[in-house]
Amino acid sequence: MKGSSVVVFVMRRFAVAIPLLLIISFGVFALVHIAPGDPVRSLLGARASDPATLAAIRERYHLNDPLLVQYFKWLSQVVQGDLGVSIQGNRAVTSTIADRLPVTVFLSLMSTVLVLGVGIALGAVAAFRRGTRLDRAVVMFGVVGISSPAFVTGIFLLYVFGSLLHWFPIFGPGTGFLDRAWHLTLPALALAISVMAIVVKITRAAMIEELDRDYVTFARARGLSSRRIAFAYVLRNALIPVVTAAGLIVVGIVAGAIYVEVTFSLPGLGALTVDAVQKRDIPTIQGTTLLFSVFVVLVNLAIDVIYTLIDPRIRFGRVES
Amino acid sequence: MNTAVARAGQEGPLLTVEGLAISHGAVPITTSLSIVVERGETIAIVGESGSGKSLTARAIAGILPPGINAAGAVTLDGMPLMRLAERELRKIRGFRVSMLMQDPFTMLNPLLRSGDHIDEMLRGRPDFASRAARAAEVKRRLAEVGIVDEDVARRMPFQLSGGMCQRVALAAALARDPELLIADEPSTALDVTTQAEIIRLLRRVQRERHMSLILITHNLRLAFSTCERIYVLYAGSLLEVGDGAAVERQPFHPYTLGLLLSEPPADIRVPRLVAIRGSVPRAADVIDRCGFADRCDWAKQICRASKPPLAARDASRFTACVRQDEIQGELDALRTAALSAAPITLRRDETEGPLVRVDALVKTFVGPRGRAIRAVKDVSLRIMPGESVGLVGESGSGKTTLGRCLVGLETPTAGDIRINGLAAADFGAMAKADRARVRQTIQMIFQDPYSTLNPRHSVGQALSEALGASAGATGPATPERIATLLAEVGLSAAYATRRPASLSGGERQRVAIARALAVKPAILVCDEPVSALDVSVQAQVLNLFKRLQAEHGLSYLFITHDLAVVRQIAERIYVLYLGEIVEEGPTERVIGDPKHPYTRRLIESIPRSANQDAP
Ligand SMILES: Nc1ncnc2c1ncn2[C@@H]1O[C@H](COP(=O)(O)OP(=O)(O)OP(=O)(O)O)[C@@H](O)[C@H]1O
Ligand code: SF4
Ligand SMILES: [Mg+2]
Repeated sequence: MKGSSVVVFVMRRFAVAIPLLLIISFGVFALVHIAPGDPVRSLLGARASDPATLAAIRERYHLNDPLLVQYFKWLSQVVQGDLGVSIQGNRAVTSTIADRLPVTVFLSLMSTVLVLGVGIALGAVAAFRRGTRLDRAVVMFGVVGISSPAFVTGIFLLYVFGSLLHWFPIFGPGTGFLDRAWHLTLPALALAISVMAIVVKITRAAMIEELDRDYVTFARARGLSSRRIAFAYVLRNALIPVVTAAGLIVVGIVAGAIYVEVTFSLPGLGALTVDAVQKRDIPTIQGTTLLFSVFVVLVNLAIDVIYTLIDPRIRFGRVES
Repeated sequence: MNTAVARAGQEGPLLTVEGLAISHGAVPITTSLSIVVERGETIAIVGESGSGKSLTARAIAGILPPGINAAGAVTLDGMPLMRLAERELRKIRGFRVSMLMQDPFTMLNPLLRSGDHIDEMLRGRPDFASRAARAAEVKRRLAEVGIVDEDVARRMPFQLSGGMCQRVALAAALARDPELLIADEPSTALDVTTQAEIIRLLRRVQRERHMSLILITHNLRLAFSTCERIYVLYAGSLLEVGDGAAVERQPFHPYTLGLLLSEPPADIRVPRLVAIRGSVPRAADVIDRCGFADRCDWAKQICRASKPPLAARDASRFTACVRQDEIQGELDALRTAALSAAPITLRRDETEGPLVRVDALVKTFVGPRGRAIRAVKDVSLRIMPGESVGLVGESGSGKTTLGRCLVGLETPTAGDIRINGLAAADFGAMAKADRARVRQTIQMIFQDPYSTLNPRHSVGQALSEALGASAGATGPATPERIATLLAEVGLSAAYATRRPASLSGGERQRVAIARALAVKPAILVCDEPVSALDVSVQAQVLNLFKRLQAEHGLSYLFITHDLAVVRQIAERIYVLYLGEIVEEGPTERVIGDPKHPYTRRLIESIPRSANQDAP
């Protein structure tokens, strides 16, 4: 019963995700038409153009067809991996994205590991040492972290650890794994801190609540080891709200990456998007936006699946009444 | 058990608690308690809600919640537990002292299979190194607590009933064979029949293992029937300690007597329960006087001069009443009077038509995945004017659904309801005037009055709203009318300005009753109206119901799981089991001579002590 019900659940979530993805793709497609002026102009940017090019563009983007037909033709191209041609450089948007993707992925992963690893650990330690100076320090860090945006933290870190102390490079993405990790440490930290503060806060609150539960007291009354209680009882139960929030957290990190890439002048997707917006490069904007949106939907799908795996009450088809 | 042999040879009591004083910061919760538990002995700590029972239990096990501290000494077999480090205590908990918590539904880890709760207790023992050995042991341990269905070990706690959870928890608590088990109200949250099973199970396990047991309960009758020695705790102080049978025969403390008298007897109907007036004070407020003084009929200056210590009065009998030797005669007289109270029987002439007629009522709910849940199946009943009828059954038997159908909170799937001759099955389909007349005839009282009172409205506002809603209300609700209504339920007019949050459970229930009375109904449907109340307060509210019936000719439909309560209030009872009425008849007949096996089980589940069994 258990295995099949998880499969059914995942299928059901997929079924919900597909219309969502369609709606998003339609929104992205509509960008061309929402942008002020002639869609052809939007697609061409500021470049001078002769009538032949204009006609070619019209043909390529099927701008003479009815809107829905345009959309489905566009969609079938997107599905085949064709996101059009960027205005700058006249390259395929997909290959520009492919160039920039590794930096953003590396940055976001590093940051996610920091946020979840350090955030959960700090929250847990604070909860176990509730009321001590350590706890208060962690709570303070949370308050400061939540109230400082990533680019501010970024500039601060750059100044202290880059310019003053010269511990970390202040520019460039680095090459090779270790070099890249070294180059991306400050950006990843800047990106992590504000989101980490949220994770610390949620974990700490959830753990404190769990520590007060009857089953934790009962576990102590039975003489279980403190390690067993900390992991199998407190942490495992406390992770449920953290996992619930993990979707928001990952999305927050990826969104924050845009600022951080600009602050640290990293050649990632975020910087690409900002650049494209400034240059009114509609095909590139379409490409990155679509990628981000699909990512957000998939992350939420993944979180829902993980959530059912962790919490048997949902897996067994019953939500606590 | 092999361990029992080893234990029997040792000297001295297993557990001694001396001067245990628990406080929350500077606020005292208990004052200097002393408790002794011999090897293989069962003692009870009895007290009403908030008296400090659970915290005492947790102090003994050394797991007080943060912010609560304890002073004094807890000695287990010569070891000073309160001076041991947490690391040392961990070796004692589970192996020598174990504890069961109050609520079976929250005691198990929701993310662990129930068998794993026992499995995890066995890990680290060389003879259970292999998974298979542990699985076999888990099976054996579950069998000890009466679970033979092997599938239970694989189920998650939320898939188990309360009684099952309690059994699994008991098996987990016993998995390391402790010498002392502290059971904190192990049955309060369960159905009556399950309660009795759990208590029987605890006693059996205790005897078989020759284990010591501290049973914490608010139920005196249960304590007398289960335990050798009784510790009566009140507002954080021990008021009476002694051999169970002796205390029951001749209580030395007015509070113990009061408790005994306010427990509604299950076997006879008394004209009036002897209620203790007032309610339980906080320990901090009675730190320098007899905690019971404000409620005691014998209180004198001396009782308030200082806190009377628990003093020996007899071989192994202690009481904290300074005036015990002066007043013992009066206490005994009251006890004898209560034991020999003549049962009363009510007569009624049956010329009028029934006030409430329910015919072939069916209520079906749509459950998960569209499955139909038949909460009430084909129920018919009658309530005559001025008659008080009990509806008895366990949770899930459909009794609340039936009550809700009567007052229009639920629309039956099929069947007919007539109230005062008006068809009232479907409130939505009734004419407006008819609906108003039915609402004026029938009112409902709930188990938890708090949830039905608006916390932002004062008592006066709630009552004036109800008075205004009553049909034929002439003019606004005057303060006089509110005061009259409050007086009906035994509250002074000053209560009109209070808010629900500042009232005790008993006072809230009185306000809820007053509000229901505002429309001058002919019948009250009372759904477990006293089950959330302390025993001493419960008696006050039951007396109020009796008085209102006598003075206004009110009818009642009393929905409850508690046979002793229904015994005191109902003239006729219906027994509901799985949505069907399995037995009905005059209360005396049904309780004295139950016909249906389920009714018999219900009646057997009432704890009986030696004194009550004697003719
Ligand atoms: N964690 C806590 N912090 C502060 N006060 C507490 C705490 N737990 C209990 N108390 C207070 O201590 C007193 C005794 O509580 P305790 O839970 O021991 O009562 P009890 O006799 O077990 O009651 P019940 O029958 O309702 O379980 C109460 O006044 C309660 O409000
Ligand atoms: S000490 Fe006084 S107030 Fe307390 S129970 Fe005895 S007589 Fe009553
Ligand atoms: Mg308690």
